[in-house]
Amino acid sequence: MYGLGVLKGMGVTLKHFMDTYIEDIQFLGKGKKTDAAFQIRQGSRARSLGLFTVEYPEEKIAVPERFRFIPFLVTNNLDDEENPGKDWCTSCGICPKVCPPQCIWIVRGTDPETGRPKPEPEEFHIDIDLCMNCGLCAEFCPFDAIKMDHDYELASYDRSGHHIFDKQRLSKEFRYWRSIAPTISAEEAEARGGWEHKDTLKEKAKAARAAKPTQESAES
Amino acid sequence: MAEKPVAEQAGVAAPDPVAEILAALSEQYPDAVQADTRKGYSGIVVRPEKLVEVATALRDQLGYDYLSSATAVDYLGKGDHLEMVYHVYRIRQGGPALVFKALTPRVSATLPSLISVWPGADLQEREAYDLMGIRFEGHPNLKRILLWEGFNGHPLRKDWKEAYYEQDQKPFDSRWPGGKVHRAEENNPYGRNVSYPDDFTLEGYTPPDENSIYAGLGMGVSMQELASPGLETERLIVNLGPHHPSTHGVFRMIVTLNGETIESLEPVMGYLHRNHEKIGERNTFIQNMPFTDRLDYISSMSNNFGYAMAVEKLLALGARYQPPPYRAEVIRVLMAEFTRVVNHLWAIGFLLNDLGAFFTPALYAIGERELILDFFEATAGSRLMCNYMRFGGVFKDLPERIQGIPLLTNDRVRNEPTMDFLDSLINERLPRAVDELDRYLTKSEIMITRCEGVGVLPPEMAIAYSTAGPVLRASGVPYDIRRSDPYSIYPELDFDVAVRYNGDIYDRYLIRLDEIRQSIRILKQLLPRLRETEGQPIISGTKAYSPRVPEGEAYGRVENPKGELGFYVISDGGQNAWRYHVRAPSYINLTALSEMCKGHKIADVVAVLGSIDIVLGETDR
Ligand code: SF4
Ligand code: SF4
Repeated sequence: MYGLGVLKGMGVTLKHFMDTYIEDIQFLGKGKKTDAAFQIRQGSRARSLGLFTVEYPEEKIAVPERFRFIPFLVTNNLDDEENPGKDWCTSCGICPKVCPPQCIWIVRGTDPETGRPKPEPEEFHIDIDLCMNCGLCAEFCPFDAIKMDHDYELASYDRSGHHIFDKQRLSKEFRYWRSIAPTISAEEAEARGGWEHKDTLKEKAKAARAAKPTQESAES
Repeated sequence: MAEKPVAEQAGVAAPDPVAEILAALSEQYPDAVQADTRKGYSGIVVRPEKLVEVATALRDQLGYDYLSSATAVDYLGKGDHLEMVYHVYRIRQGGPALVFKALTPRVSATLPSLISVWPGADLQEREAYDLMGIRFEGHPNLKRILLWEGFNGHPLRKDWKEAYYEQDQKPFDSRWPGGKVHRAEENNPYGRNVSYPDDFTLEGYTPPDENSIYAGLGMGVSMQELASPGLETERLIVNLGPHHPSTHGVFRMIVTLNGETIESLEPVMGYLHRNHEKIGERNTFIQNMPFTDRLDYISSMSNNFGYAMAVEKLLALGARYQPPPYRAEVIRVLMAEFTRVVNHLWAIGFLLNDLGAFFTPALYAIGERELILDFFEATAGSRLMCNYMRFGGVFKDLPERIQGIPLLTNDRVRNEPTMDFLDSLINERLPRAVDELDRYLTKSEIMITRCEGVGVLPPEMAIAYSTAGPVLRASGVPYDIRRSDPYSIYPELDFDVAVRYNGDIYDRYLIRLDEIRQSIRILKQLLPRLRETEGQPIISGTKAYSPRVPEGEAYGRVENPKGELGFYVISDGGQNAWRYHVRAPSYINLTALSEMCKGHKIADVVAVLGSIDIVLGETDR
């Protein structure tokens, strides 16, 4: 019969339509916007074939650890005992070289007395209008000092005034990185040999080595 | 160990087919052909005067019936000539490409057009004319294609500099160690980098009016004549796009109608042109990876794949090259096949949009896509712009869990082991979704009436016009690079090359359903392989941000969802590619659009275009 195909097709639409309400009934009283409900609605085993949408901004999908959106600079925690808030970046120059759209500008720090370069950036700018969120800077930084952020709600009214981030705007405490990427930060810490900055760990190891023989010689 | 079965299965000929072909050709044309002996290069160099004859012989006598890619290279400072590079294939036997080249001086560059041998050269030669400034004698419609007619210069030439030009190659020196931030626009607020022809004055300039635009399009119809009252005519020019929802972006078609029937159609494109290839030549090899995401932005994973393969071919010319480890290949194929599913779901959904079923089918079709993108996001870090492949492997192994980390207000968390997620996605959800689409659309009488017998592309024409992917296969040509010129682990996977025989819109719809089913079949075979290889390395060698890429040329191609995606990369041993060309299926498939539309009604144009499935990011590059 002509038209049967269309009718059957409409059947699919009708089923979708009904399923959406059936799904609502499922969560009646329990709340549709809880983590548990979310897992059911958006998980790979979603039972319902109803509306497959998330009602942003009343609910948002928490992004996974590897999510990348605009880099930030890692610094020591502000309550760090030895060097509170110290930059992890050593201004080695790898990230401005690897950045595809060339949106990172760094002024390398110099020691005011000797005039020699010192391992921290004097200025650090990222033009976030240019940044393509590729993550290559974070991937190739040898000091785990630049990381990709998860906060994607950055809308602003004026692009010219706000979209070049300076060092202050870019810097975030290490504990923030730990909180948004627990697994990755742990892996990195393991590779470095501790939770601190690579250089700090090296210095500590050096100090420990230096301390040991003197102790031994003192004992003998 | 994986190489051997490849050769056996596909019946790939002896290691050096070039020598054979060269021998056959030099018998006939003793002075016209010679081998390309530059280091890292291969193929045949043909004298321009004999180009058409040699090409005809290649097609008719030696079976190279398919022109895949035609592009130009500027060797400024390295011989100072322009070179046209052609890649041709045997569509029936399969096997690797044959490369041949023709040289021409940079000043008054001219070559004979090969449009008479392979009509598929049409848009590609126009592109080479536009961007490199080679004139093709015998091309019936040699005009700029990606840039506007008034553009000054040929931007892919090495001595052409773009607006806001800073340096020939990245990284730019101004970024470090004394990197004072500045905006490029602030340097020249009124675009002083715009260049004009020598005899040009801004005061004397009058922009071309509509008349001359249409006259310039060679439609053979004068607007004045059409507009003048009293003239009895039923012919009419209709301008579709560029801003129109059914053009899938900014794409314009100029259609001459006779009554409601289409007499001719001319595609106009380039509105999204950003000189991707020049950007690619400025970039270092690794820097270019994220830019390939932006070509066909629905299939970024497989774009990455093709580019990584091209550069790996170059790396393989060096001594210390290690191919990607097995697990990396498994993951790559996993990503590429997921991408195919995503792309075809999208294509089907939006074909229905074009047919007038506004967005309901599209939204049903892309529900499952969300889950696949969730998986991409958890693995690569981004849903669309994945930037996931690296030379010698992939960026990171699959994560253990698909898990959200709450940060913003109202963040809801989902948390599942990755393998469980993949299991139920591949085994349950995707098959269910395809079956549902099938039930929903395939038998619909409206769909059948609109699509059957419309936009027919016969197989000979599909080959001649260099169409690729589902368009080619829906016309009855079972050509799939995964089988014909296999790469990665495809030889050990069990799947059929989908093929349909009518070459109309309906078959192009059906073939996408078939291909999704085949992709699911492949995905199912990948699951055990993923389990077996757990914990194995995912990248060979050490990851370097400036790998040393040996001199030479390479053509890497993959069967992208939209067709053959090829990357032609030339390295001169430096950090950046000397030449980087993208053989874009969305672009080349459009060569046949006009043929497909002739004789149909104006309302069908939109459906035909939808059935080709283009993405303007790739078309315009
Ligand atoms: S790569 Fe890391 S350490 Fe080097 S300049 Fe960039 S952020 Fe600083
Ligand atoms: S994410 Fe990519 S584009 Fe953005 S700053 Fe880092 S390297 Fe540059």
